[in-house]
Amino acid sequence: MRITQGCFSFLPDLTDEQIVAQIEYCLRNDWAIGIEFTSDPHPRNTYWEMFGNPMFDLNDAAGFMMELQACRAEHGDCYIRVNAFDSTRGFETVRHSFIVNRPAVEPTFTMTRTEVRGRTVNVTLTTNR
Amino acid sequence: MDDKTELKGKQRYAAGVLKYAQMGYWDGDYEPKDTDILALFRITPQDGVDATEAAAAVAGESSTATWTVVWTDRLIAADQYRAKAYRVDPVPGRPGEFFAYIAYDLILFEEGSIANLTASIIGNVFGFKPLKALRLEDMRFPVAYVKTFKGPPTGIVVERERLDKFGRPLLGATTKPKLGLSGKNYGRVVYEGLKGGLDFMKDDENINSQPFMHWRDRFLYCMEAVNRAIAETGEMKGHYLNITAGTMEEMYRRGELAKETGSTIVMIDLVIGYTAIQSISEWARQNDMILHLHRAGHGTYTRQKTHGISFRVIAKWMRLAGVDHIHAGTAVGKLEGDPATVQGYYNVCREMKNEVDLPRGIYFEQDWANLKKVMPVASGGIHAGQMHQLLDLFGDDVVLQFGGGTIGHPMGIQAGATANRVALEAMVLARNEGRDILNEGPQILRDAARWCKPLGAALDTWGDITFNYASTDTSDFVPTASVS
Repeated sequence: MRITQGCFSFLPDLTDEQIVAQIEYCLRNDWAIGIEFTSDPHPRNTYWEMFGNPMFDLNDAAGFMMELQACRAEHGDCYIRVNAFDSTRGFETVRHSFIVNRPAVEPTFTMTRTEVRGRTVNVTLTTNR
Repeated sequence: MDDKTELKGKQRYAAGVLKYAQMGYWDGDYEPKDTDILALFRITPQDGVDATEAAAAVAGESSTATWTVVWTDRLIAADQYRAKAYRVDPVPGRPGEFFAYIAYDLILFEEGSIANLTASIIGNVFGFKPLKALRLEDMRFPVAYVKTFKGPPTGIVVERERLDKFGRPLLGATTKPKLGLSGKNYGRVVYEGLKGGLDFMKDDENINSQPFMHWRDRFLYCMEAVNRAIAETGEMKGHYLNITAGTMEEMYRRGELAKETGSTIVMIDLVIGYTAIQSISEWARQNDMILHLHRAGHGTYTRQKTHGISFRVIAKWMRLAGVDHIHAGTAVGKLEGDPATVQGYYNVCREMKNEVDLPRGIYFEQDWANLKKVMPVASGGIHAGQMHQLLDLFGDDVVLQFGGGTIGHPMGIQAGATANRVALEAMVLARNEGRDILNEGPQILRDAARWCKPLGAALDTWGDITFNYASTDTSDFVPTASVS
């Protein structure tokens, strides 16, 4: 099942050339770029593992691509995403986020319904890995 | 006797009727204080009524004045309670209309109450006979007053963090037909739209709890649909459950079920009133709930240029009152809205500080004192073929809602949703790559349609649909054209 998190999940997977163009967009905006990975893309799994700190002093996309290649070499069967952090007052949050690597087989989620009061159900999602 | 100069002492308080300017509601030399609340009115005086006197009358009738002199004014520091008209300018190109600037001392207003604010500013004065028409164009709130409001319960930043969606506008659709579906059929539409790629589905403004669908039924089926769609995509989704009802007690009851079933967002209509909005905003803040406001009814008083209230003022009141989403116009869709004027509303919602921007209808600086930002919603007669225009006009922090443009898709609702999502992502990708989307947009969409059949079908169905009518509520400072 194709997980549709991130900005470009409905497009064909981005080529490295397309990824570079997005990184350059982030750098033009003065955003710091972080690489994160996980094997559990549960929608409530907020904290993916950081592949190092966000790159605050990055000058060009080439440096980023080296980091990304290193992350892919180590965690090629994980999801890898790029997060761009904006420190501007009033934002101070992620401004851009997109997936740049997916596992060969993507997991699915089981939806467990627990009947509670009346016809109300509580739902729990579990990642099937 | 000069009838534009304030009279003093015994002469001022002799029983009888004076001009408003003579009573002290006009002061052309007044320098507004940083702590004053400022209002800009467009006044159209009756024939023969002097514009300065008309402005003074508006200041008087929206603050302390009555039609005649009363001696009891002398018991108070009356001059400080009197609003001051301090500037009157003819409106460019509109004979007989004037912009009247009025300053109000902060003591006139109760803290944290839109009801009190509006009871003064729009309470009596709009029916005042010496004016043919009156329109509240803009307001400036001092930081001291802004800080008495809590503002949006969630705000754009936290909403995005909760939804884990960054770097692109959010996508939504209103469930159609808006009336008549049973709860089970209604939830089907919600599921299809979300599974196909939308972030949000939405109740319409007049979906409450009619005979065809009890609200509990709707909530339970919609949340089944939301949760299934999340499970099928791995992505956070939501449905704006409209909790508008006849009493606050019933609204809280509906909100509680929304919370219990795990909804991230609830919805209210503007017609519930300012106090109800502030109350439900407080509830939303205490219950981790995003609060969506549908501006139902606003067109009755915001649309005409000479009379009523500009929507930019409503947007300011709503940012103070505390909503997270507000419908703010599309410029390109089926509903009223000149592009520059609509961008002005968006800036009111999203900027930390508004600078004066006359072409966009922003007449005052406004420091929002770190009040959270409101997510504007573009909804009404828009479709995938306009994606480049929408992204160019409004940027990332907006919800684009394609109701008919999703549900009316020839290949079905999921396909309609996918078409919109693909069009959006392709356009954001191209913009970030530095391409000129306004000019290359149609080609970017056609290129994506080559591998995305639903987008191709959407463009074939709606590609040429425009609503190209002149706007009635246009900027007074630039020649405007409707975007097609």
